[in-house]
Amino acid sequence: MTDRRTFLRVFAGAGGTALLGTRATAVEFTGADPNAPAVLVDTKRCVGCRRCEASCAEENGLTSVDINDQSVFADSRQTDPDHWTVVNRYESEHGPIYVKRQCMHCDQPACAAACLTKAMYKTPEGPIIWRARKCMGCRFCMISCPFDVPKFEYFSANPKIQKCILCHSRLQRGEQPACVASCPVEALHFGPRGQMLELARKRIYSQPDLYHPAIYGEQEVGGTDWLYLSPVPFDQIGFRTDLGGGSVPELSKDFLYAVPAVLLLWPTFLFGVNQAMVSHKGASDSQVELNGGEEE
Amino acid sequence: MNRTVESPPNGISGLREFVAFFIGELKPKGKLLTPFNVISSVIMAVAIVLLVIRFTKGLGAITNLSQESPWGVWIGFDVVTGVAFAGGAYIVTFLVYILGAKKYYPIVRATVLNGFLAYVFYAGALLLDLGRPWNVVNPIIGNSFGVSSVLFLVAWHFLLYMLAELIEFSPAVAEWLGWKRTRRVLHGLTLGAVIFGITLSTLHQSGLGALYMMAKSKIHPLWYTEFIPVLFFVSSTFAGLSMVILEGSLSHKVFKHRVGKTQHASHDGILLGLGRFCAVMMFVYFFFKVLILIHNQQFPMLATGWGYWYMVELIGFVLVPGYLYYHAVQFENLKLIRIAAILTLVGIILNRLNVTTIGFQWQSETPYFPTWMEIEVTLAVICAEIWAFRWVVNRMAVLGDPPRWVTEDEEH
Repeated sequence: MTDRRTFLRVFAGAGGTALLGTRATAVEFTGADPNAPAVLVDTKRCVGCRRCEASCAEENGLTSVDINDQSVFADSRQTDPDHWTVVNRYESEHGPIYVKRQCMHCDQPACAAACLTKAMYKTPEGPIIWRARKCMGCRFCMISCPFDVPKFEYFSANPKIQKCILCHSRLQRGEQPACVASCPVEALHFGPRGQMLELARKRIYSQPDLYHPAIYGEQEVGGTDWLYLSPVPFDQIGFRTDLGGGSVPELSKDFLYAVPAVLLLWPTFLFGVNQAMVSHKGASDSQVELNGGEEE
Repeated sequence: MNRTVESPPNGISGLREFVAFFIGELKPKGKLLTPFNVISSVIMAVAIVLLVIRFTKGLGAITNLSQESPWGVWIGFDVVTGVAFAGGAYIVTFLVYILGAKKYYPIVRATVLNGFLAYVFYAGALLLDLGRPWNVVNPIIGNSFGVSSVLFLVAWHFLLYMLAELIEFSPAVAEWLGWKRTRRVLHGLTLGAVIFGITLSTLHQSGLGALYMMAKSKIHPLWYTEFIPVLFFVSSTFAGLSMVILEGSLSHKVFKHRVGKTQHASHDGILLGLGRFCAVMMFVYFFFKVLILIHNQQFPMLATGWGYWYMVELIGFVLVPGYLYYHAVQFENLKLIRIAAILTLVGIILNRLNVTTIGFQWQSETPYFPTWMEIEVTLAVICAEIWAFRWVVNRMAVLGDPPRWVTEDEEH
């Protein structure tokens, strides 16, 4: 036990770094903004027509998509710089399930918290957008995003970060996102997040046999503005279910809170130690003499 | 070398004389066609070609970076490991200027110079990795301050720390130029720069670890802990000092002609002292790592492949070199100290890479592995740093005594 005590003492000295803030006060969960623009994806309704992919490409000036090409379903695809949304097919006991993926538009986005130039930016309305003039291409947003959403143009001399921006300019004009508008089977619903959650719950309650009793995105990483319903557990259709309900930026908050304390206290402490340790010959010479090689 | 003037040149004739002196100093000293010069020139020339390709065709043209693993060895080794290796400067200045341990004075300048150059070159390597480097000033100048970002903090700290180290080293530059009065002023700034520098180091050594806090879902649980920042800080102490031990031993051989008598005589005692410091810090670090393992109840994980790899790092390259340091200090075995230093540095490389690349996206089916070109450019950065270090050491009073007028000036 002595060991442990010694260790803790040393550690407390060495680690003025991350431990100053009171850590363990549970993450305060106030819930994601119920008025944020949100999309509910009902994977039970989706037929895999990929019109959402085509309309996304058209709206955002990406390479146009051949929606008749069925070969894309062979693999589970990721979004990439040229495809901000992709539909994947998963086989299940309920038959094939089609899952549209894109940026989840977190209530507390890690990418925006990571960005040191505010290029990745959560607009007051909710969608998270990327601003070319600010971005320096460090890709810290990609490191931090729990869904691996931001995509970088590795083969460009003027690379951009590419991801779904929830048709931010369409929303400002009062329109729906392009993908939602193009969906022929109402698998996508657009509206305030609170209402989308209500709608999702209503479906689960009224048809409990058809839906897995959870809404993906309701709690995950503090809540996302894209919400999913599924007939099967979400890990069977390509979602990570181990992300937890805490917001990702919360993970580095303790460190950031400790910074001002260290910046203030550490120099004070060091100066105090210096004054105590170093002999004072004259008022002006409180340091070790420079010609230390020739010390007496 | 023996010119002295009071301060920077004013007037045309002063300026002309200064320029002539400067151009004279730019010329290489010593033999040109040494094996090191030839090999390192080739490495740097190849790197220039590769970088032209990188800046015209994009990062993907010469790197294996992917959408899943956006940071490779240029960040994981050059920046994260390189900065840990440069940690010796803040420890040695702490010993000398804060604690007044004069014993370590002879290595202050070499260590600070090394630290400064490491930041310039390794943090400079960051520019190669930036996709849009023309926007690099955005976090510093303008209205785009992402203050909630750990990287924002690290960027500022790099910049300010380079400034602090430059001030700490600047008296040597003034001595080289023979600027008496300027040297006196710069010398007066030392204590402030040291205190500022240690504070900045504390924060950005740990900050480099804090960068990975948000990547909780991507880093192998054996390496992800909320204590990464503390671990990075604690390990930067012995990483930095091991580098000082290794670099000091090498410099004393390579630059024998530049080393002063007193510096030479005291060097063994210095290495033993640093070795003792390392031993203590490494045992503390080891104990801390074990505590985290216990606290997170991760012992079953040790029986997996990742667990074995974890133990290779922790036992083979922390516990073993820590013990070697202890043993070497007991028996005053300098050779063993150097071996311990090398093992420690390998352990730091392993640790930083395990967090940043090897254990990052550990569940991925297509794990990142660097291209030969990424490694080539990394070697070129190291070569460039050695060239810069050599240039300075051969001209300024880094390893040896300052010019006589400094001593005279001090005595007044």
